[in-house]
Amino acid sequence: MTSLTATAPVTSVPPAARKARRRGAALGLLAWLTGIVFVLPVAWMLLTSFHSEADAATNPPSLAAPLTLDGYREFFGVNGGADPWPPLLNSLGASLFSTLFVLVLALPAAYALSIRPVRKWTDVMFFFLSTKMLPVVAGLLPVYLFAKNTGFLDNIWLLVILYTSMNLPIAVWMMQSFLSDIPVSIIEAAQMDGAKLPTVLLRVVAPIAGPGIAATSLICFIFSWNELLFANVLTGVVAQTAPAFLTSFVTSQGLFLAQVCAASIVISLPVLAAGFAAQDKLVQGLSLGAVK
Amino acid sequence: MTNPLTATPVRSGPPPTVAASPRRAPQKPKAARAWATRAPLMPALIFLIAVTQLPFVATLVISLFDWNSLKPDEREFAGLSNYTSAVSDEALRESIVTTVLLTATVVIVSVVLGLMLALLMDRKFRGRGLVRTMLIAPFLLVPVASALLWKHALYNPEYGLFNGVLSWVGDLFGVDNPPQPEWVSDMPMFAVEASLVWQWTPFMMLILLAGLQGRPLEMIEAARLDGASNFQIFRYLTLPHLRRYLELGTLLGSIYIVQNFDAVFTITRGGLDTANLPYTIYETFYNAHEYGQASAAGVLVVIGTIIIATFALRVVSSLFREEASRA
Repeated sequence: MTSLTATAPVTSVPPAARKARRRGAALGLLAWLTGIVFVLPVAWMLLTSFHSEADAATNPPSLAAPLTLDGYREFFGVNGGADPWPPLLNSLGASLFSTLFVLVLALPAAYALSIRPVRKWTDVMFFFLSTKMLPVVAGLLPVYLFAKNTGFLDNIWLLVILYTSMNLPIAVWMMQSFLSDIPVSIIEAAQMDGAKLPTVLLRVVAPIAGPGIAATSLICFIFSWNELLFANVLTGVVAQTAPAFLTSFVTSQGLFLAQVCAASIVISLPVLAAGFAAQDKLVQGLSLGAVK
Repeated sequence: MTNPLTATPVRSGPPPTVAASPRRAPQKPKAARAWATRAPLMPALIFLIAVTQLPFVATLVISLFDWNSLKPDEREFAGLSNYTSAVSDEALRESIVTTVLLTATVVIVSVVLGLMLALLMDRKFRGRGLVRTMLIAPFLLVPVASALLWKHALYNPEYGLFNGVLSWVGDLFGVDNPPQPEWVSDMPMFAVEASLVWQWTPFMMLILLAGLQGRPLEMIEAARLDGASNFQIFRYLTLPHLRRYLELGTLLGSIYIVQNFDAVFTITRGGLDTANLPYTIYETFYNAHEYGQASAAGVLVVIGTIIIATFALRVVSSLFREEASRA
């Protein structure tokens, strides 16, 4: 449709093409409108986070109220209250370390499922995926009891292990798909030269599958950063993560809308930034590597 | 398969010319080679089994005990009594229905909306990149933050944006008492679903858009030259091509929404008939401290999930074979 109108000379537009162009403009406008509808709640949250508490809680909404950083100041504990930095750093640590562990485990596994596949490798793939379908909540109690009896409760490394297991199946599926694209001859050539598996993985496979590994890391980081259920049950004061902090923050201090909005923005910022910066990687990752 | 170099990662390494031909290396039996092929897989497999499967075994054991953590001395073997009470538990049954309804509604609505958005975004227009960025913003909010945003900034009956806009429009048209619904308590299920649809539509859109952009354009041009209408092209060319992507989106969406905890936990606290399974089980063990019952419920959920997942996996596996046969 668009190619038709594009090739038509501007001066003598036939009526059919003019109609098509008007339709195209209308559909473009519709796309813009839906985009605005979808982003509106986020924009509203952003605006409210810069309002004073009094202006945030008005009806009808005060759009043109003066902007202030009070919500953010309050969130970062300028006037006392909980310090958000420990939870933010906990989240960062849990997400980074679990992503690292996932990569270390998933890369060789994906190698054994694509480049030099084990027998019945499809069955193994489905076993990995099936663990993703089991409701995590059913295994929560034993994990809780185990942690309680071994002193691992409220420990960030427990979350690192759980997040690693949570993201490993996704990562294996993604990496398997990316590694299947690598020509086996390249790897055989490296092995002819006497390279052992770790060298092959690090020096040959990883550089070629670099973009795929980046997509995998992005997805694992986002899912770990977002996780709430485990964090809520298994952490307390020391190892609390940002999402858990966000829920406790609301219940303990009552409702301060501007502050809640500021907190939500700050905690979502790493994911928003990473996701916007790597939109294509996001699609690759979310589709388990099926979309390249 | 023919190169056994990976077969023995520990050995000191014969000359590569020998290694290239497995027949000339009789010292390596077949079984050892098979194990060496498996070796890179083992750490991931063992780790995953230990962390995800062992807890389920423990759940199974706990489910056979009468165990309330507030009365630790009264813990005793109870046989299947937890199961009989779980099966006859009205709340658990309701939460199963809630889970199915919630998942089905959110997945279907966001797939349909996502498809419409993907079709819109597949055209060239000014500012397409910006609109795409705007559309995926909801998916990139931390789920708790998104749930808080809907609950407090949008749904709040006194100062939420929805009622704010209603009274603002009311003022504009001189309506004296504009409607000010209590969104969460009047329509709790809808409130949870709307926030989830808002978060998951961008996800579906991204996957379907990628599918649309992989369409063979020549075929569509040919169909158009043969006089096919837009609808015919959509129905007979685009939709069949998108089938894989629709199935993928549905499957992945279901996996995540069945397990949703954040939205229910934040928006309604499981009240007003919105408690889904993850929330109910969380409640039973976290607040009611009924370990045995929570575990029995967990086991039942796992069995149910396995039944449903078997069907779902059959779908993926057929896609998978299609893919493999094409490659």
